[in-house]
Amino acid sequence: MNKVENNKAWFLVLPVLVLVAFSAVIPLMTVVNYSIQDILDANTRFFVGDEWFREILRDSQLQAALGRQFIFSFSVLAIQIPLGIAIALCMPTRGIWVAVSLVLVALPLLVPWNVVGTIWQLFARGDIGLLGVTLNSIGIEYNYTRSAAAAWFTVLAMDVWHWTSLVVLLCYSGLRAIPDAYYQAARIDGASRFAIFRYIQLPRLAGVLTIAVLLRFMDSFMIYAEPFVLTGGGPGSSTTFLSQFLATMAIGQFDVSRAAAFSLIYFLIILAISWVFYTIITRSTKD
Amino acid sequence: MERTKQLVLIVYILFLMIPIYWLINMSLQPNRDILGSFSLYPQNLTFDNYRRIFTESGWARGYLNSLTYVVMNTVISITVALPAAYAFSRYKFIGDKHLFFWLLTNRMAPPAVFLLPFFQLYQTVGIFDTHIAVALAHCLFSIPLAVWILEGFMSGVPKEIDETAYIDGYSFPRFFIFIFIPLIRSGIGVAVFFCFMFSWVELLLARTLTSVDARPISVVMTRSISATGVDWGMLAAAGVLTLIPGALVIYFVRNNLARGFALGRV
Repeated sequence: MNKVENNKAWFLVLPVLVLVAFSAVIPLMTVVNYSIQDILDANTRFFVGDEWFREILRDSQLQAALGRQFIFSFSVLAIQIPLGIAIALCMPTRGIWVAVSLVLVALPLLVPWNVVGTIWQLFARGDIGLLGVTLNSIGIEYNYTRSAAAAWFTVLAMDVWHWTSLVVLLCYSGLRAIPDAYYQAARIDGASRFAIFRYIQLPRLAGVLTIAVLLRFMDSFMIYAEPFVLTGGGPGSSTTFLSQFLATMAIGQFDVSRAAAFSLIYFLIILAISWVFYTIITRSTKD
Repeated sequence: MERTKQLVLIVYILFLMIPIYWLINMSLQPNRDILGSFSLYPQNLTFDNYRRIFTESGWARGYLNSLTYVVMNTVISITVALPAAYAFSRYKFIGDKHLFFWLLTNRMAPPAVFLLPFFQLYQTVGIFDTHIAVALAHCLFSIPLAVWILEGFMSGVPKEIDETAYIDGYSFPRFFIFIFIPLIRSGIGVAVFFCFMFSWVELLLARTLTSVDARPISVVMTRSISATGVDWGMLAAAGVLTLIPGALVIYFVRNNLARGFALGRV
């Protein structure tokens, strides 16, 4: 759509600007302010410049958490995006089952994040959970509070359970938007099912898939409540991801300046990667 | 072919439903059954866990607190997002693209980054431990999302409608409220759904910004674990109750669900 040039439109945006600025700009500036000082108490503080940033970047615990976070986010994308596309292709297209399966598929998305942790805790525990008891009784040693591998498996399974539906719904709406004429043309050409998927469905899904990748990347990179409830970051620190690391530092130890410097680095990483995705999205919608 | 498709879908839905079934199963058992005997269905069916939640004051208050700030957040977000989304979908203005991306960056900011400053800002302003504090904090994520979704839906409405209305002598507010808003009803429904959803499921900020008076249900749940050992039955029952608002909201927007998840952009 060609838009009209009109700077009065700023007045329409103003309420949003004021509200978001109050909740975003003031806190962000506070973080910047903390990150360049050493605060001993309310009245004693020194300007230290970039010292905290250097220290944070050299912190081996943090590097480990960052590494885990990247592995986690990429595994999440690698599992959920293909699975989501596959399930979306299997969804019914007409009849009363459309509404039923949509509602059932969407349900995990509406579960409060800490309750997701609780559900999986109850489900996977070795003594009372269906999954844990079943695995142990067929002879697989499984205890997510003891073994790091089991903890990782459980956290990943939980995230697949929780979020794959988002990808399914996005792809489903993308598939519904493909006009029937495309399929008819393909049938006349005698195209195989794979060819239909590769040359008709997949290209038309490009737009929603970028949104899906963007949202899934951002949210998995910020994951906090679910592993916090399920494993508490353990065993050891094998499932301690960045948000939990930061929350412990800021609220648990009240290590304000270090936490602030860390926050900024964390934010910048997400911002940089999201900017790349955003540019791709806006490019693709322009074409 | 159709068979395999149905089978895959059924397996996936089973995978989604079994953990939920297990939660419901546990909520209907007394604690000694949960720990004592393993069974696929409740041996001694009891609604005791639910009764205790509704009679012990902390729990019911928790639900009420959560619902209060979620509704406040949704109302605020939609009210301010409507005109903004209209501006983004219809006009070019200085800095529009930068502003839009800046809004989105707030959706990308990890809540953990804002924990400490929010805590201190709200204490300074004197709204710490109130519903409005949590509602405002959640606006940080829900407003950008609402603008994004509504902009997608509004771009789908042809501009000729605006022009015809102005020629007919409608003023902007009258046109916006009586003609335009009814046209994007389903878009608003979807945006409400998302604001509700993200505010309802968020824990970290809600937990940090409240202590006693506005404590949300999710926090009541986590606290009850550490205080008295784990009361599995009650925890499961509370979990089941938190699923209900979500299920209701999904039911109401089921027809617009798929399009909504694509942010109105398909």
